[in-house]
Amino acid sequence: MIPGRFEYHQPESLDAAVGLLGKLGEDARVIAGGHSLIPMMKLRLAMPEHLVDLKAITDLKHITVDGGVISIGAMTTQAELIGSAELALAAPIVKETALQIADPQIRYQGTIGGNVANGDPGNDMPALMQCLDASFVLQGPDGQREVSAREFYEAAYFTAREDLEILSAVKFAVCSGGYAYEKQKRKIGDYATAAAAVLLTKGGDGGCSHAAIALTNLADTPLYCEEASNSLMQSGVDAASIDGAVASCMSIIEPVEDNRGPAEFKKHAASMVLRRAIELAWSRA
Amino acid sequence: MSVEAETIEQRTAALKGLGTSRKRVEDSRFTQGKGNYVDDLKMPNMLFGDFVRSQHAHAYVKSIDTSAALALPGVIAVLTAKDLEPLSLHWMPTLAGDKQMVLADGKVLFQGQEVAFVVAEDRYIAADAIDLVKVEYEELPALVDPFKAELPDAPILREDIADNLEGAHGPRRHPNHIFTWEQGDKDATESILASAPVVAEEMVYYHRTHPCPLETCGAVASMDKVNGKLTLWGTFQAPHVVRTVASLLSGIAEHNIRVVSPDIGGGFGNKVGVYPGYVCAIVASIVTGQPVKWVEDRMENLTSTAFARDYHMQGKIAATAEGKILGLWCHTTADHGAFDACADPTKYPAGFMNICTGSYDIPTAYLAVDGIYTNKAPGGVAYRCSFRVTEAAYFIERMIEVLAIKLNMDAAELRSINFIRKEQFPYQSALGWEYDSGDYHSAWNKALEAVNYKALRAEQAKQVEAFKAGETRKLMGIGLCHFTEIVGAGPVKNCDILGMGMFDSCEIRIHPTGSAIARLGTISQGQGHATTFAQILASEIGISADDITIEEGDTDTAPYGLGTYGSRSTPVAGAATAMAGRKIRAKAQMIAAYLLEVHDNDVEWEVDRFVVKGAPERFKTMKEVAFASYTQAIPGVEPGLEAVSYYDPPNMTYPFGAYICVMDIDVDTGVSDIRQFFALDDCGTRINPMIIEGQVHGGLTEALAIALGQEIAYDELGNVKTGSLMDFFIPTSWETPNYTTDFTETPSPHHPIGAKGVGESPNVGGVPAFSNAINDAFKAFGLTHTHMPHDHWRIWKTANKLGLHA
Repeated sequence: MIPGRFEYHQPESLDAAVGLLGKLGEDARVIAGGHSLIPMMKLRLAMPEHLVDLKAITDLKHITVDGGVISIGAMTTQAELIGSAELALAAPIVKETALQIADPQIRYQGTIGGNVANGDPGNDMPALMQCLDASFVLQGPDGQREVSAREFYEAAYFTAREDLEILSAVKFAVCSGGYAYEKQKRKIGDYATAAAAVLLTKGGDGGCSHAAIALTNLADTPLYCEEASNSLMQSGVDAASIDGAVASCMSIIEPVEDNRGPAEFKKHAASMVLRRAIELAWSRA
Repeated sequence: MSVEAETIEQRTAALKGLGTSRKRVEDSRFTQGKGNYVDDLKMPNMLFGDFVRSQHAHAYVKSIDTSAALALPGVIAVLTAKDLEPLSLHWMPTLAGDKQMVLADGKVLFQGQEVAFVVAEDRYIAADAIDLVKVEYEELPALVDPFKAELPDAPILREDIADNLEGAHGPRRHPNHIFTWEQGDKDATESILASAPVVAEEMVYYHRTHPCPLETCGAVASMDKVNGKLTLWGTFQAPHVVRTVASLLSGIAEHNIRVVSPDIGGGFGNKVGVYPGYVCAIVASIVTGQPVKWVEDRMENLTSTAFARDYHMQGKIAATAEGKILGLWCHTTADHGAFDACADPTKYPAGFMNICTGSYDIPTAYLAVDGIYTNKAPGGVAYRCSFRVTEAAYFIERMIEVLAIKLNMDAAELRSINFIRKEQFPYQSALGWEYDSGDYHSAWNKALEAVNYKALRAEQAKQVEAFKAGETRKLMGIGLCHFTEIVGAGPVKNCDILGMGMFDSCEIRIHPTGSAIARLGTISQGQGHATTFAQILASEIGISADDITIEEGDTDTAPYGLGTYGSRSTPVAGAATAMAGRKIRAKAQMIAAYLLEVHDNDVEWEVDRFVVKGAPERFKTMKEVAFASYTQAIPGVEPGLEAVSYYDPPNMTYPFGAYICVMDIDVDTGVSDIRQFFALDDCGTRINPMIIEGQVHGGLTEALAIALGQEIAYDELGNVKTGSLMDFFIPTSWETPNYTTDFTETPSPHHPIGAKGVGESPNVGGVPAFSNAINDAFKAFGLTHTHMPHDHWRIWKTANKLGLHA
């Protein structure tokens, strides 16, 4: 459980970090909180020759709410997300989700940027970001670009981020209305057996003016459930439409068997978790 | 205030003796990070050893190329079996009469097996060097299922002993078969099964798990080539046995070996055996003349050092239509892994599995255990239990439930009508044990009343109706357990480990100013010995526990003992402590009588002093006697005040308890929620109620882990699927419910202070209580038995099979 040899770099600006990545090439890995990368390095499943640590880049640690847009720097920890009163008002689902990630010790280290950039389908933030319709800010040698969270994930650990780019921030609109992040896990510290992020806004007519559903760890990427989200907006939220939305989501999940159980079980658990998330979100809408 | 002004009650309280909830004296250093564990040891020129391990479950080792590793700067040596063979250390004896490869000798038999030992200047270089050792394997088919071990196409695992028809425990019928152990009356039991009005049958599997102590196993060996003395610090639950084994293996005279167990971060049976890492560290230190440290990481601990359980128990239980049990039959297939490295007393290859008649008066019984080799890690240790006692308790407590279903009888009532009655003790069991004492009915009734059992059953019935009516998706389970343990191994006439009788010892020295040091042959791994043994002594010799130092774990200073496991410390070493204290008191009585100028028989003991009979104002305290023993010439009495006692227990002790668990189960997600857990323990005389409560909480939490998800699982190729704490379940405070504890007190009639041991009771009784709750929840829907671990998906699968998701 001891990593191989590597050189450690601690640039103090995002430009310097991007520059380092360009210079060091594919033997370098960016490290944020390290709670995914370091275990892989200890197992020597990852053996980067250079680690570029982002922790000295103060620009990457912020939570701002401005003009209805929330921007969170990539190096903001889960604990800081949980502790932000501003964020609790502007997007309470972020705190609800962050509280279900791992355990307090890990949340002091783990960052939102690492969580969304790593491409691990077990991470909780990617589905949340899809649910929030967030965009990810990527800084590369050719400048900055933004990619929608709903377009970012290609396969497990494969994302739209280029090797020489660094994910510097996530941005999403302030959200009103009902919300829920429901997660079934075996124990504290575990990844989800199944989890669902749901945002529902009640319209003036009692219908559903906005709906967004995304799922965690039920395929090799997070899943934004477009069809189910649209159907709730069209038909409103009632027992029949919830059945329909759940069925729609279940038709796109592809869980795989692991120590959490066989796919058949995960499908059933996912449907329960999702149903509870929709009901809870609607009750808060 | 003068001492004379104190009442007897005040003087008794000041001793902090038996029955006092004295705070643990160990905790100030542990809570301040000042403990001293093996990995804290740092010595000049210390080297670090690390293992190259097999990634295959079964393979021939064709070649090992160490040249690249040796070329790495900082690498001192790479040991392979070829290097150990001239010393005859490439294999070592196990505690179970088998032998085990120290380093792979031509083949590997489990994933994680030790193949080569790299010695380097630090652990980082050692880790790099491991990657540079090139091992060429020829893979062989793996044997994972013990029920396939004797099929015609089964691979032969132990080619070294394939032709041995006789093993350490009798005849072997197949190269993959280790032993058959039979107890009880087979013919009589089978005849009862054939004729009994009711017979219930079930296969009860207690899955493979692991003790997983917080601190992994490790050692530092230091060979001083000048004085020829080897010092070995390590995570040893039995340091004296390690010294003797090290001497026998290495040829170094026993007086030239010093074994030290420093602070140990939990053992739970994992640290009883001798591991290849210890042997390699010793050899490496002898070869290099430098101290060598070896410490496992977590994955190595889970995958290579001793596992627990893995018993497939086929049971049949016969009864009258009214529920009186007539006979019990059990055939166990015991998966021992690649080497038989169980830590059991020599004559008991399946430990005390023959306690499987439990708390019940079962007139006729038969037990057979077949030990089988598979391509899994060796072990079979007593994980927070006496030898195989938790398997036995789980078996009988499941069989009782299965029988209750067959009889359509309440399981609490079925237990009650079959308990061994108070007046039957000492009770001779059908499988050969003499239960020393018990009062099961009182404990049971107290527990049932405490939880209001009848109301719980009524609520459960309502819940079932509500479920059937579609009003809820939750079910309620009531898990009952009445367990009887057998601990305190044990009488030398039938208990030994590697020939060493399982006595234990205590040596006491009273200092001139009236404080004391006592040394024991046991070793605490968190049990709080420094606290509790001082309390036993305080009550015996009238010196405050605060003035008594307890020391264990250094074989150069402590008297010989067999160590700490199987809840044996209090029953055996605790008895030795009391007996040594009584020797002190006997000598002190002579001194006191001399000082008081009366005959020896004219003084009597009172809490902390000798008092002249009929003249209570005339006395000498133990403190005064101690001072006199060093300062005055007393005719006919040697100076000083010391004693040593080696205690050979006349019998085991039989702690028992009544546990009840109430659970709510979500049928759709398989999530279980513990609503209530009531634990009543009877461990005889209670030394420190607070430590008992702590032990019960800890043991129940390990039981919860085992019952609800903790397992060492292998895939069909013999790959370990649960090699890290991501998948191996250790509960945190979040998963741990509140426990309610209670007690009854039935002292052991043969133990000097009546104590029986408690540390392992909660694991033994807890596992069946949790498991029975899960099983009970589905009883109304036709379930008889479902295997542990009861994690979410297995509970879901049980519900699914019963059609509850339709």
